Amino acid sequence: MSAPAMGTSKTAHTDSSHKKKKGPGTLATAYLVIYNVVMTAGWLVIAVGLVRAYLARGSYHGLYYSIEKPLKYFQTGALLEILHCAVGIVPSSVVLTGFQVMSRVFLTWAVTHSVREVQSEDSVLLFVVAWTVTEIIRYSFYTFSLLNHLPYLIKWARYTFFFVLYPMGVAGELLTIYAALPYVQKTGLYSITLPNNYNFSFDYHTFLILVMISYIPLFPQLYFHMIRQRKKVLGHVEEYSKVE
Amino acid sequence: MSRTIFFEVEILDSKTKEQLCFLDKVEPHSSVGDIKSLFHKSYPKWYPARQALRLDPKGKALRNDDLLQNLPVGTSATLYFRDLGPQLGWTMVFLAEYIGPLLIYLLFYFRVPYIYNHKYTLTSSSHHVVNLACACHSFHYIKRLFETIFVHRFSNGTMPLRATVRNCAYYWGFAAWLAYYINHPLYTPPSYGKTQVRYALIIFVLCEAGNFSVHWSLNSLKCEGAKCRRFPNPSKNPFTWLFFFVSCPNYTYEVGAWVGLSIMTQCVPVALFTFLGFIQMSIWAKGKHKTYTREFKDYPNFRMPILPFIL
Repeated sequence: MSAPAMGTSKTAHTDSSHKKKKGPGTLATAYLVIYNVVMTAGWLVIAVGLVRAYLARGSYHGLYYSIEKPLKYFQTGALLEILHCAVGIVPSSVVLTGFQVMSRVFLTWAVTHSVREVQSEDSVLLFVVAWTVTEIIRYSFYTFSLLNHLPYLIKWARYTFFFVLYPMGVAGELLTIYAALPYVQKTGLYSITLPNNYNFSFDYHTFLILVMISYIPLFPQLYFHMIRQRKKVLGHVEEYSKVE
Repeated sequence: MSRTIFFEVEILDSKTKEQLCFLDKVEPHSSVGDIKSLFHKSYPKWYPARQALRLDPKGKALRNDDLLQNLPVGTSATLYFRDLGPQLGWTMVFLAEYIGPLLIYLLFYFRVPYIYNHKYTLTSSSHHVVNLACACHSFHYIKRLFETIFVHRFSNGTMPLRATVRNCAYYWGFAAWLAYYINHPLYTPPSYGKTQVRYALIIFVLCEAGNFSVHWSLNSLKCEGAKCRRFPNPSKNPFTWLFFFVSCPNYTYEVGAWVGLSIMTQCVPVALFTFLGFIQMSIWAKGKHKTYTREFKDYPNFRMPILPFIL
């Protein structure tokens, strides 16, 4: 394969700084408000479900089962966000959003749902709680932003809570994948061995280990990106309050 | 005798805005390329290929053949410099990208120690198609190396080192992955046996010939760098008649050759490599097609970028 003749490094960000930012139309905004309200409500249902189950049982073990269905519905529903970026009503990158949503969906279905034995692990509660708090704040942030009435508290919460929630979620996710490893190896879950007619093999156990390793370069990048965003977003407001 | 007005050029760093270089008595008919050479004298580590000079820190990079007197500057110009990082010439880039898969595949073909179970070390496969696949894969890359050295004429453009390393990782990695399965002791030959292999080989050979014919024909276009005086057209060689239908038949034939190899080996990784290559080449073909239709007013409407009538 021969590549085109000119080669310079990518400067993709200069394109968006030249075009005027076109927000979504009225219909798209209405749809997005409804979407974000529904998602906020959904994650609130999960939060309430967790609290009620905890109070009813008296312990925090095995709470996954009480919120399994709403978790699956609302986390999978987030796939729509990829569509929003692709269509252009949300100004985020399709690749970045796709990556984030797919990793959540992967953990929900390909790990927690598929390997029954890990469902009673405490690490599951760790990431479910982290996701729940994060998503409630995130979706209400979007809702208020779309309505141009963003309370400072929500903005502050979104760019501050992550300091704890991010590592908490990552820890829960990694521990859960780690707990699933022996069962995947024993049962050969989602794995294909040679010989076969299509000369292909896939070892899900090795794949999960590679996924865990990928957290090492990825997590710090996302974490420091959020820290930089925080300085930009919250730093701004502090200047305004000084002027007032 | 006319009095020549000399230009003054000051070069600032794009990010820090500090003055890196001040050039006075610059001839007005100097090109941006000349300026880059002068800048290189003061900063030997920044050879011209790795310099990007802009009129505005956030604007587009100036072309090497832009003339100073044609730029929207007075007699004293301010240019912003950005380092593009270490660069490799196109020939080096392609040599690196092609030698890897050629040699790596052979490591697996000869079952070098530590790849497969030790009892298979340095043995050979009992299947005829495995030998044929090695011959085809090797031929494919040897042909490419030959074309890179003797046939293609590259513009003076370069590619950033980082991008080359990333591309090499992709090509070399994929070659290792597909070679692993084809040369595996547990490899299963194609379901339809010799017939399937025979037809696949015919497709492969025809597409390799087609691809070479198109490269040869593009070579005779007499282009100066990226600018061509004429767009490519079919010639007496029947393989070039694909130009009636597509703008980039070299990519069409390339995909065809890999389809042939996929059918021949009946191996999912090969098919996946073919598919990903098809996507990438379609993107390149669409870009090339757009350039052609923009540059040449008489460009035939009938042609599609890569697949006749379809894409």
